Amino acid sequence: MKRSSVKKALLIAAALTVTGTASAAGKLEIFSWWSGDEGPALEALVKLYKQKYPSVTVDNATVSGGAGTNAKAVLKTRMLGGTPPDSFQVHAGQELIGTWVVANRMEDLSSLFKSEGWNKVFPQDVITLLSAKGGIWSVPVNVHRSNVMWYNPAKLKAWGVTAPKTWAEFLTTCNTLKAKGVAAPLVVGENWTQQHLWESVMIGTLGPQGWQNLWSGKTKFTDPKVVQGFTTFGKVMDCANKDASGLSWQQASDRIADGTSAFNIMGDWAAGYFTTTKKLQPNAGFGWAASPGTNGTFVMLADSFGLPKGAKDRAESLNWLRLLGSKQGQDAFNPLKGSIAARTDSDLSKYNTYSRSAAADWKRNKIVGSMVHGAVAPESFTSAFGAIIDQFVASKNAQGAAAAAQQLATRAGIGQ
Amino acid sequence: MKGLSRDRLWSIAVLLPSVVLLAVFVYGFIARTVYVSMTDWGNDPAQALAVNPIIRWVGFANYQELFTGFLQGRFRQELVSTIFFTLFFILGCLALGLGLALVLDRNPRGEGLWRTIFLFPMSLSFIVTGTIWRWMLQPQGGVNQFPQALGLPAGNFSWLSSTEGIWKFDWNALPLITASVVGLVLILLAVRAARAGDRTRAIVSGVCAALLLGWALLVGPNVRLLPAPELHGFNLALIGIIIAAVWQMSGYTMALYLAGLRGIPEELREAAKVDGASDFGMYRHVIFPLLAPITLSAMIILGHISLKIFDLVYAMAGPDNTYTSVPALNMYLTSFRQNQFALGAAIGTILLILVAFVIVPYLSSSFRSEEGHA
Repeated sequence: MKRSSVKKALLIAAALTVTGTASAAGKLEIFSWWSGDEGPALEALVKLYKQKYPSVTVDNATVSGGAGTNAKAVLKTRMLGGTPPDSFQVHAGQELIGTWVVANRMEDLSSLFKSEGWNKVFPQDVITLLSAKGGIWSVPVNVHRSNVMWYNPAKLKAWGVTAPKTWAEFLTTCNTLKAKGVAAPLVVGENWTQQHLWESVMIGTLGPQGWQNLWSGKTKFTDPKVVQGFTTFGKVMDCANKDASGLSWQQASDRIADGTSAFNIMGDWAAGYFTTTKKLQPNAGFGWAASPGTNGTFVMLADSFGLPKGAKDRAESLNWLRLLGSKQGQDAFNPLKGSIAARTDSDLSKYNTYSRSAAADWKRNKIVGSMVHGAVAPESFTSAFGAIIDQFVASKNAQGAAAAAQQLATRAGIGQ
Repeated sequence: MKGLSRDRLWSIAVLLPSVVLLAVFVYGFIARTVYVSMTDWGNDPAQALAVNPIIRWVGFANYQELFTGFLQGRFRQELVSTIFFTLFFILGCLALGLGLALVLDRNPRGEGLWRTIFLFPMSLSFIVTGTIWRWMLQPQGGVNQFPQALGLPAGNFSWLSSTEGIWKFDWNALPLITASVVGLVLILLAVRAARAGDRTRAIVSGVCAALLLGWALLVGPNVRLLPAPELHGFNLALIGIIIAAVWQMSGYTMALYLAGLRGIPEELREAAKVDGASDFGMYRHVIFPLLAPITLSAMIILGHISLKIFDLVYAMAGPDNTYTSVPALNMYLTSFRQNQFALGAAIGTILLILVAFVIVPYLSSSFRSEEGHA
């Protein structure tokens, strides 16, 4: 008891000194959840920053934990307590806009975009995703693609099937594979990976424009086309493994590598997992295609940094954002992170085989935002939507799920 | 009785700081949470995290939303899951703990060692227990592979990822079920009171029972909480979590029971033997009745642990698995991920009421007996 209270006192004292010294000039505090695998990429950026601004002390305030669950809770405490970090990581788009911009706690970065000429180097679709209420709210440092279907080329050859181009074709392929004794042609993991799959099915059904209409409020979730998307998703889930909720996305990817399942829909961080951790060769150990029905569409998610109102070191923070958006910064960061640059003029020779193909698509394709990774829907929607997916997978009631999703969207303020 | 003696002043001075701290940090914050649960803080995303949020009083709207709202099916399933979890967790701990205590009470060789082994899981945190058991309950490994050691086919029960449920009932029937159960209990009380010759009590209980059952028969079937039927039951995925929880806490009940068994005077056992009681009879008529108070206090402790459980479920099945979710998890997600502070506070208040159901009768009974002794 005593020892823990001493510890607490020490922690409080430490927190006080941190906030105390942060107010001194020449300081920059960066708040992110990049630790572990992603740590070196952030380090590269910090190193670059120190080269450019040697007098500034950089305080790397990383709160570890997948997808930032812990970091977001800490951030909330700090923002509400009136001590925001100078710049913090957030998924680009509605995750920031629906939480912090609507609460009027972020600075508009439009003038920075204009002065740096970023309106020309970032694709227009991306600028649209970052914008709301007449401002642009964060600087994207990287881009990941969400609609990728991963498979095992050797196994597909052995089974005599090819990667399906539409969801209807996928269901036929699924039946063929089931007839050949593959118990689960598709592998999914825990709840968020099922939402991830739902997203790909929905975009494959509605098309990119239909998907955007859904989030701008032009199309309601109760629209027959959306209900149809839910029905298709239900059929697709019938092709999937039954122990889904116990699997992480890595464990689900393992089943592609070892050939237990034929397909997996996952973001392109899976490429990094296959090449780095599993030591597989692209196009030999693992193959990829756009998820069915989404050829020519790039479903994006991005990590970005914003500038909270009341940041103590505003000038240093703006320099940091300038670096993030620069070609040099993005090309230092992304090859290490396993993502691609949000800029269309990046130096492709620095990237691996998969990333080069993704970067080529990035320039050509129609770009839309991902729901599950915070680009088009605020967290309050995504978090509660998981329960709807779970209920739907159990009941297969498409009408009910669509009605529930619409209520959720209204509550979260989507399309208003 | 001379007012403030020196001793009294001292005792007040010593107690005051903790009383003030308790008043602010326990009761003050409980009051604040209950207040927040009756506002709309967070229902409008634009106001949730604003510098000066506009917060309006909405009364019991959040509670109504939780029990009858279209979107809150997850919460209702969690309530049902909590009840089942508490039931099986307490029964499991009591049965296993009593069994172990009875075995150890026979003074086996190396008793001290066994005691340590059985008590050891309690010293781990739920997070550690949860992580270990999550590994063991992997559908394609761990426990499911045990049969293979005996040459049998591997099991295929999906421990933490099952989506199946049993004993399902329609949430709309909940008022009906509650009224019937309470009515039946009241009838039982009435019969007992009548047998004991307490006429007024028998009549009051009898009339209440008749009213409730009459309501259940005539009005109950027509009550609709929700527009559509909504089935809730005991999710099979919870079984794995119950096993882990029982594994962790049964050592504690064993220690309690063992202390109780050792506290029974040897003369009583000998007297029973002299009166010709068999082993079974001695336990049934002498020892178990003497252990009843221990069972009660174990139930109280286990009951409030199980109602508040959070970390074990988080570690074993993750926060987003609705088939294993519990209200405490939902409270965390609602408040800190969806920023719906009022709704989260309402879930917290419901949890507090549930725990109070368990704790308050116990406190009041122990209070009363203390006063009796004084």
